[in-house]
Amino acid sequence: MAMTEVAGADVEVDAEGFLVYPEDWNRVLAEEIARENGIPELTPRHWQVVEFMRERYLETGTAPSIRSLGKESGVPIKELYQLFPKGPAKLAAKIGGIPKPRGCI
Amino acid sequence: MTQLYHELEPAQEVERELIEKVSIVVSKGSLDGIYPALIMANGARMEGIEADLFFTFFGLDALRKDRQAKIKVATVGNPGLHMPTLVGAIPGMSWVATKMMARQMESLDIPPIGEFLELIHDSGGGIYACHATVEMFGLTEDDFVPQVDGILTVGEFYDRSAGAQIIFT
Repeated sequence: MAMTEVAGADVEVDAEGFLVYPEDWNRVLAEEIARENGIPELTPRHWQVVEFMRERYLETGTAPSIRSLGKESGVPIKELYQLFPKGPAKLAAKIGGIPKPRGCI
Repeated sequence: MTQLYHELEPAQEVERELIEKVSIVVSKGSLDGIYPALIMANGARMEGIEADLFFTFFGLDALRKDRQAKIKVATVGNPGLHMPTLVGAIPGMSWVATKMMARQMESLDIPPIGEFLELIHDSGGGIYACHATVEMFGLTEDDFVPQVDGILTVGEFYDRSAGAQIIFT
């Protein structure tokens, strides 16, 4: 575990930069994490995915699979990969301040 | 001259080279022959790794409109199932095993083959049929599901796979 300063606040992150405590998260922090991961600006479509991931995680304790992300977030698979080219599920989880999804799908 | 282990230079700290591209060859037409490749291709895309699937021999069944929905678990010659060969040979046995596995996979959010190919295709993964097999089975492009990006010769496959890790299943 490491402490890192994001958006002027000290937050604890894991080795890959995912927040350790989802409650540390806020929208300014999300913008900052996005910038650090190659997304200069979060559009409303980005937010739709990030919020869906976060809400689903907080409700169920697990992040949704890429399959349900494509079916239920309102953003289809093709667009998910345009918004998050380096992996939609992984990046949206990181930006949404939840742990890295552990599933294989 | 031999060196004692403790005399060896300590291993250099090398920067880990990440995988950027995979090319997965699917040669088997059973359910258990096809799924691992689909899971690996989709998993690669999820990590931002480029992925191509190349279907050859009976693996091509996964792309055929008339066969895709009929792909089954091999219940004969599949020691992993722990089923006696004569039991596995009973008519309908592979249908039953396939149904059971399909239910289990659905509960884990693993899609059926058709939907899985669509998912990989929409993720930007390439889906290709092997030219030699297409000729051997007397098939045309019309025999394939729309997610197929093309029919490639072995040479074209290697050309597309430049810089990729090639995985044969």
